[in-house]
Amino acid sequence: MFDIDKWQEIWITIGRNKLRSLLTAFGVFWGILMLTLLLGVSNGLSNGMKSSIQGIATNSCFFFSGTTSEPYAGFKKGRRWDIRLSDIDLIRSQVEGVRDVAPVVFGGRGTDNVMYGDKLGSFNVRGNGPELVRIEEQNMLYGRYINEIDISQKRKVCVIGKNVFSAFFKEGTNPCGLLIRCNGQYYRIVGVTKGVSNNISLGGRSDDMVVLPITTMQQLYNQGDVIHFFGVRAHDHYDIAKLEENIKDILKSRHQISPTDPQAVVSINIGEMFKTFMYLFLGISILTWIVGVGTLLAGAIGVSNIMLVSVRERTKEIGIRRALGAKPSNIISQIMTESLVLTALAGFVGFTLGVGILALIDQIIANAPADSDIFLQQLMIDFKVGISAAAILLFFGLLAGLLPAMRAMQIKPIEALSEE
Amino acid sequence: MRQLPIEGQLPFYLSKSIGGMILLEKLNKTYPGVQPLHVLKDIDLSISQGEYVAIMGASGSGKSTLLNVLGILDDYDTGRYLLDGKLIAGLSEKKAAIYRNKMIGFVFQSFNLISFKNAMENVALPLFYKGVSRKKRNQLALEYLEKVGLRDWWHHYPNELSGGQKQRIAIARALISQPRIILADEPTGALDSRTTDEVIQLLSQVNAEGITTIVVTHERSVAEQTKRIIHLKDGYIESDNINIPSLTACSK
Repeated sequence: MFDIDKWQEIWITIGRNKLRSLLTAFGVFWGILMLTLLLGVSNGLSNGMKSSIQGIATNSCFFFSGTTSEPYAGFKKGRRWDIRLSDIDLIRSQVEGVRDVAPVVFGGRGTDNVMYGDKLGSFNVRGNGPELVRIEEQNMLYGRYINEIDISQKRKVCVIGKNVFSAFFKEGTNPCGLLIRCNGQYYRIVGVTKGVSNNISLGGRSDDMVVLPITTMQQLYNQGDVIHFFGVRAHDHYDIAKLEENIKDILKSRHQISPTDPQAVVSINIGEMFKTFMYLFLGISILTWIVGVGTLLAGAIGVSNIMLVSVRERTKEIGIRRALGAKPSNIISQIMTESLVLTALAGFVGFTLGVGILALIDQIIANAPADSDIFLQQLMIDFKVGISAAAILLFFGLLAGLLPAMRAMQIKPIEALSEE
Repeated sequence: MRQLPIEGQLPFYLSKSIGGMILLEKLNKTYPGVQPLHVLKDIDLSISQGEYVAIMGASGSGKSTLLNVLGILDDYDTGRYLLDGKLIAGLSEKKAAIYRNKMIGFVFQSFNLISFKNAMENVALPLFYKGVSRKKRNQLALEYLEKVGLRDWWHHYPNELSGGQKQRIAIARALISQPRIILADEPTGALDSRTTDEVIQLLSQVNAEGITTIVVTHERSVAEQTKRIIHLKDGYIESDNINIPSLTACSK
């Protein structure tokens, strides 16, 4: 039944009342445009979030020492305590589900505390071991990261962040093997790093940091075995929330802290944060679909309404067709096709425009400097999402045509023909 | 017009010999409602192939209902209706549409052309529902337009044509699917006397080609062009007479 006449007729009926068809089509157009834009933006939001969390192990947790809030074991509340290296060793060797433990200590940051040649700069100094990169991933621009030998021999070496590098060196020079002065001591540069994640860092951005082997730092700064904070990464599929509780309990019992003290051990659970974000995006995504599909449905109801009017206006014509031998299926297919064409056309234009707008926004974001804090990235519609949007559109088109088609089918030829 | 002696009966020389194209037996039709309206009462009627019949009657006599039943546009309650030997009863919409398309050509008082189609497309429409290819049906439509003398007008739309032209196009449309019967409902009701003659002549010509033609009319002059006149009154066949033009001429 793919006869040119049928399509011609559809064009004629749509064209016979241009303004009405246009307004009707606008409902669907707007619906699909909104759906596309909403999906694109929520996708962009989620992509932006994912890219900023990239490079941070999601099943990890960081621990700090806080101030006790409950009196316990003869100590009064408000006591400060310190995490010790022995805690780290215990957690590393005894706690189930632990994959990596990365202790960190901080050095001071003073004005112009770092120097190379005649250049000065102010940067944070941090001491940690090689494990930290397994939690907070780093790209190596030059050289290598701190390794086990640096730790065990307490070597006076350092790894510098990319911003430290660019403050002292010309682009393209390899600084490895050169000496840099940091808080009055000279260290040999063994590598330059760039954090994989732009937006998330713990204890300062590693790009603005001079990193020393933790043992070197403890000795030179005379810090004893105090650890300022440490990160823990759980084995894959191991529940990080459970691990967080276990470690807190261990720390509390080893430092005479009340087991019910809520704030003596401070922890930041990346896994939980990540989960919260994922739920947030799921929520946004569901809301988007509800709003978008709702708008689209409203548009489809508009189409249905107009088709009903059109069927009423064409009662006589349909009667003539019936008298001349049109089967009910002919009439149904004509009305349905008309509704489908109207919806599909309007939908296609809306979808194209939506994708166009998304691409434009994406272009603008892509042209913005890479380090800027724009939270949106890749505002694109998945191919799969596009297909399902198209399927929903066609389904609504059919649905919109169904009622008018049923109405058209009920038209009795004699009644239609006797109507003058 | 003088009436022939055999009143209310079938013309004896047609009833059996050629075989009935249309056969109605004790046909009843009632419109339901608060006061049911019994419009067709025990109609017995036989029309043979090639007959040219006029159905006359006052408004409310049931002539339009009879035409609708004959045209499978309406159902009946009791009795039997055989069209070309096929029992027409309890048909599905689809089946009814197929029968209408194949066996019946309609001509209406108000022409009922589709306004956004030109003459050729209007004539070709029944073939569209028959599944004939576009090229072939347009070609056939032109042939039939030629027959009604309007080939040169094929690209005109109904609103560009006179009433007589429209009715001729409607007749071409009725003929194109080569139906067994033509049902014309007041075909000249909206025409002046000159175009009425044109249209009636065309119908006579159609009938001369052997197509059973049934015309519902209340114009005596139109009825007198046919060969058999059936009068309906209050749902009964009041009279059923052979119309001999010479007799009519004499009576004038």
